[in-house]
Amino acid sequence: MSLLRVTGLTKRFGTNEVLRSIDLEVRQGERIAILGASGSGKSSLLRCLNFMELPTAGVIELDGQPLGRERRPGERIYRESELTQVRQRIGMVFQQFNLFPHMTAVGNVMEGLRTVRRMPKPAARIRAEAELKRVGLGDKADAYPAHLSGGQKQRVAIARALAMDPEMLLFDEPTSALDPELVGEVLGVIRNLADEGRTMLLVTHELGFAYHVATRVIFLADGTIHESGTPDEVLKNPRQERTRAFLASHKQYSL
Amino acid sequence: MKWDFTSVFANTDALLAGAAGTLRIFAICLVLGLSLGLVVGLGRYARTWWFYLPATAFVEFFRNTPVLVQILWFYFALPMLLPFEISPLMAASLGISLNSAAFSAEIYRAGIQSIDRGQWDGARALGMRWAQAMRRIVLPQAIKRMLPALTNRAIEIFKMTTLASAVAYVELLQQGKLIASLNYNPIEAYTAVAVIFLVFLWPLVQFTYVLERRLKRDE
Ligand SMILES: Nc1ncnc2c1ncn2[C@@H]1O[C@H](COP(=O)(O)OP(=O)(O)OP(=O)(O)O)[C@@H](O)[C@H]1O
Ligand SMILES: [Mg+2]
Repeated sequence: MSLLRVTGLTKRFGTNEVLRSIDLEVRQGERIAILGASGSGKSSLLRCLNFMELPTAGVIELDGQPLGRERRPGERIYRESELTQVRQRIGMVFQQFNLFPHMTAVGNVMEGLRTVRRMPKPAARIRAEAELKRVGLGDKADAYPAHLSGGQKQRVAIARALAMDPEMLLFDEPTSALDPELVGEVLGVIRNLADEGRTMLLVTHELGFAYHVATRVIFLADGTIHESGTPDEVLKNPRQERTRAFLASHKQYSL
Repeated sequence: MKWDFTSVFANTDALLAGAAGTLRIFAICLVLGLSLGLVVGLGRYARTWWFYLPATAFVEFFRNTPVLVQILWFYFALPMLLPFEISPLMAASLGISLNSAAFSAEIYRAGIQSIDRGQWDGARALGMRWAQAMRRIVLPQAIKRMLPALTNRAIEIFKMTTLASAVAYVELLQQGKLIASLNYNPIEAYTAVAVIFLVFLWPLVQFTYVLERRLKRDE
């Protein structure tokens, strides 16, 4: 059964339609790389999946349960409590990390456990330290974000998402804000998560990484899924002209 | 003419009572003004109309009327509409607190707005509700940025307490007036009041400079 099923997902900002009736199914353990030019709607798609943006139209089902309820044909309303539940089940990692600068690394990782899960402090701390260890930052627990490198910050952000035991992870260009020499350590952590069999959607310009790690690649253009298939199909033998043009313009990222 | 502070020193008791009165009303107005200001500021930031509209009306009303008028209104007009008496302390505290709430609300709103949208994203992606994200993530960072402005507000509140003398509340200026009229020594009496205010306010003002410098360094 699919973990997530999206039908007819449409998102408009005012009159600007950035997602046009997208259908997508994500199965347990799938790793989907999302490619597309700037402004094609990649971030909007991810942000709709955990309802950081509310879809204008369309239905999102998690574990077979459609979220929200239909108020009028084609228009759904969502309860805040339902959305906070969903966001706990679908973790998100951002391009700009979005760590909380007034908390230490371990404080960042504990925050969701403490505030959202109401976990007692000692238990949260133990869990958070374990997550930091998993991303190779066991010795940075008490450092503030300002004293961490970009790669370390992004690894803390990943640990923060993992601490909530998400069933699925969304990565929005997790390495785009990093100096080139720091990209590898973050991709390494994501690859480990892939090896654990985690379900993930990853927006990235790292074509080589997408090729080796993704089970499926999606190319977005003008708010629609322009091409979709295995990494070999989409990255090596693209059928669509626009996919080819996009890949040609990203030659610097070799497979 | 010669300066002669003997009659001022002879009235040290009165001045001490005045200082105590000033500190009392300052403490009341500081707490009420800044905490009510936070509520109003949250309303100014909110997008729900039933929170935003009253908060905006409140700010506009109290920013566009003089505090002295408000104090006199609370003291002389309000008791006619209500079945109970209003003391000078109550009237003055109400006027100053509500006015400070209106001004500090705008400080809070601007401070909250200055926090990067990514902080909200990070908080909400963990499953936090709006109030949780505000309390745990946004406000702690915003307050730090607002501290110099809020301290300036505190200094303004301290000075505004002298308006309470208009309804004969016992505070420093009121006592100065009293001493001046009893001893015919306005120069010495008002100079003494000014000096006492200077002694109270100077450290506060220095504190804002330190805060501003530290903030600049941290950002
Ligand atoms: N909050 C918003 N309000 C209005 N318009 C928005 C908003 N967020 C995104 N958009 C618009 O939606 C379109 C798609 O944006 P989106 O961020 O999803 O693209 P993207 O593929 O992630 O681009 P990039 O590679 O630059 O990150 C853009 O035209 C953008 O201007
Ligand atoms: Mg984007």
